[in-house]
Amino acid sequence: MIIRVQPEPFDLGSETDAFADAQKSMGAVVTFTGIVRDLPGEGLDRMEIEHYPGMTEKALEKIAAQAMERWNLGDILIIHRYGNLKADDRIMMVATSSRHRADAFAAAEFLMDYLKSRAPFWKKEFTTSGAEWVAAKDEDEAALDRW
Amino acid sequence: MDVLYFAWVRERIGIPRETLETSAKTVTDLVDELRAREDRYRAAFADLSALRVAVDQELTDFDASLEGVREVAFFPPMTGG
Repeated sequence: MIIRVQPEPFDLGSETDAFADAQKSMGAVVTFTGIVRDLPGEGLDRMEIEHYPGMTEKALEKIAAQAMERWNLGDILIIHRYGNLKADDRIMMVATSSRHRADAFAAAEFLMDYLKSRAPFWKKEFTTSGAEWVAAKDEDEAALDRW
Repeated sequence: MDVLYFAWVRERIGIPRETLETSAKTVTDLVDELRAREDRYRAAFADLSALRVAVDQELTDFDASLEGVREVAFFPPMTGG
């Protein structure tokens, strides 16, 4: 399991290549990338992502370990940024590998569902008229029930 | 005990962390102590259903014990991903 929490941008292509290259006898690599959405109307100036250093890494490790236990996976990569981002910037990525694709797909979805509401990150959107914390959605919490 | 605040909880209280001497036995006791201190705490802790709590960096409930605990953090529901 590779888990990185960082302010710097990451290169999706080279991260995916490096992850895929490191796999042995895996027939499938699935990746998901989260991107900062622009806001309709006045547009987004920037997004600030705050996190809880220490707990963030522990929470991500725990979520990844659960996925490793539950599915037949080769490995997991999670990269999540914090700090200041702009519209269309990449916020985070997960990659999973498995011998057959079903495990890699399911584990990637599981990781994303848990990362949304169990990893201590908070997003604040800044526009020309002010700033607002992004509220958690009920459906994000409900998404955990299916696991 | 170190008490940490994140996101709008941090903004409402005005500081990211503080070290407190407390005899609180549970998180709820600690919240009651904080509420009694100043309006800004009362405002931040007005609606506990809008808050989450972590004890020693593990997500838990408001009735969790504080025995032997070194760090408590209060924050809104998380929005990762």
